[in-house]
Amino acid sequence: MAVAAGSLSPTARAASVGRRSISVWRKAAVAIVVLLAVVLIWEAAKWLGGDPWFIHGTVFGVRIDYEHRPPLQWRIADDLSLPHVWDVTRAFVDPAQRNGPPLGLVLSGQALFTFREALVGFVFGGILGLGLAVWFVHSQLAERALVPYVVASQTVPILAISPIVVNATKAGWLSVALVTAYLTFFPVTIGALRGLRAADPRAFELFRSYAASRRQILMRLRMPASLPYLFAALRIAAAAAVIGAIIGEIPAGIQDGLASAIVNYNQYYVTAPERLWATIVLCSAVGLVFVGLVKLAEAVVLRRRYGTLDVSPGQ
Amino acid sequence: MTESETGRSAADRTKARSTARPVVEVDGLEKTFGSGESAVRALEDIDLTIRQGEFVSLIGPSGCGKSTLLRLIGDLTSPSAGRVLVNGKPAARARLDRDYGMVFQAPVLMDWRTIDRNIELPLEIMGFRRAERSRRSAELLKLVELEGFEGKHPWQLSGGMQQRVAIARALAFDPKLLLMDEPFGALDEMTRERMNLELMKIWGQTGTTVVFVTHSIPEAVFLSTRVAVMSPRPGRIARVIEVDLPQPRTVETRELPRYFELVTRVRETLRRHEPEGRELEEIEASDAARIRAEGLA
Repeated sequence: MAVAAGSLSPTARAASVGRRSISVWRKAAVAIVVLLAVVLIWEAAKWLGGDPWFIHGTVFGVRIDYEHRPPLQWRIADDLSLPHVWDVTRAFVDPAQRNGPPLGLVLSGQALFTFREALVGFVFGGILGLGLAVWFVHSQLAERALVPYVVASQTVPILAISPIVVNATKAGWLSVALVTAYLTFFPVTIGALRGLRAADPRAFELFRSYAASRRQILMRLRMPASLPYLFAALRIAAAAAVIGAIIGEIPAGIQDGLASAIVNYNQYYVTAPERLWATIVLCSAVGLVFVGLVKLAEAVVLRRRYGTLDVSPGQ
Repeated sequence: MTESETGRSAADRTKARSTARPVVEVDGLEKTFGSGESAVRALEDIDLTIRQGEFVSLIGPSGCGKSTLLRLIGDLTSPSAGRVLVNGKPAARARLDRDYGMVFQAPVLMDWRTIDRNIELPLEIMGFRRAERSRRSAELLKLVELEGFEGKHPWQLSGGMQQRVAIARALAFDPKLLLMDEPFGALDEMTRERMNLELMKIWGQTGTTVVFVTHSIPEAVFLSTRVAVMSPRPGRIARVIEVDLPQPRTVETRELPRYFELVTRVRETLRRHEPEGRELEEIEASDAARIRAEGLA
């Protein structure tokens, strides 16, 4: 049997690395094209059915007078419902308050604050979720008794839970992290529970034939086998964590996070809708970064497992 | 069961074996799955003694309970009646004492471990020191001729190579008994024949006792010192056939007239115990009745 049969030769490996970097570039290009397409459709809708707009001014000594009157009138495309992309972009640069720092900077600070709450809550929720799954997989009684409550916990609106948690703990941003944990443990429990049982039944028999302890089966078989399921669940949890953190901030009365920006710009929506839109963009950016980080961790942890070395940023 | 025309050396070996220590003793074994109306009797009245150094194959049509018998010996399931002793101990005790290694039809390797770490898995669980583990895995990689593959992952190896890793893993802690459940059933014919030769080499070098489940007649005859032919519904050992082919088994073994005789003998034994005639008519009639009933329902 030739030694090279099942192995990757150096040239094959170099080629696969080359192919990988190409695929990263391609993915980045696709992401940019999609973003441009969204902007294009957005502005096309405004072009056809938005409010009229004009440019009067001098650019490099050239006088420009342009007026655009859309042929149709759609409520959804007017400047209040759907501000221009450039207005939203400019909102980031304009000062948040008179003579203050630009809105983008203020929002970034708030996003970072919310991100911290989300991250801490995500870690709490992850540990709780995984702990429950490990417990359930070893105790049918616990599983049968508690899983209905775990499911029920998620049918209660988070908006109703968060004031209770905030009032009971009175721990500022940590209370918010607890609300986040409440929202994130569920997908982790369900995903991990599935994953902890996912190993080949014969692998369990193999461990049985070694007279392996429960702990050894957990650490050497169940856990490694559950990782792909766990990471899928963690990605869902990461997205939920950002929502949980924002919702939790409201009853906690926290002024430093994205929730206060959302509440604030909701009140001034009629005069400055682009600010709320800018806040929305930042909220989703926080979520994307979070999910991206989880995906990156997954790619690092599972990099050698299936021969796919897929390291792609985003979603 | 003894063959009058066998040579002297074979007779000596038979004698030597009859005095060797029994490794597996199966006594009045029964296994029933389910209960009441839907109970299925998988095994009935099984008696079998396997002595040290033997290579015994269990062969029979699907549903004859050969895998169940192997799993009972390995304490992966428990008997409804009767008893199984391994090394003179109840099967459960023997399992806890790690008296046997197990190889399945699929290699069941851990994707997240490299080849050497897969082989070391049982050693880790049994608390061997790191230095000892690496020494053993290096030795076994050599035995199954996979030196140079220790750093690879299972998905980088062919099916035959993966199964060799599974065999190395089963031998890692030096068990005195090897239980193999159709280990080469998923391999193509050529790989299978090569694996048979390698298994014979390993068996010759380690002196391990082997219980081997297969549904390939040539494979059973080529490998075994005895072949237990099983019949279905309920599963029984119909006959145990001595294989008096010379050791070591090599490529030439498959060309010996005696080899063909034994293959024919096993095949005829299997055929004799297939349901046929009246019994087959009854089975078909009841099947037809069931289908009609389902059609009407």
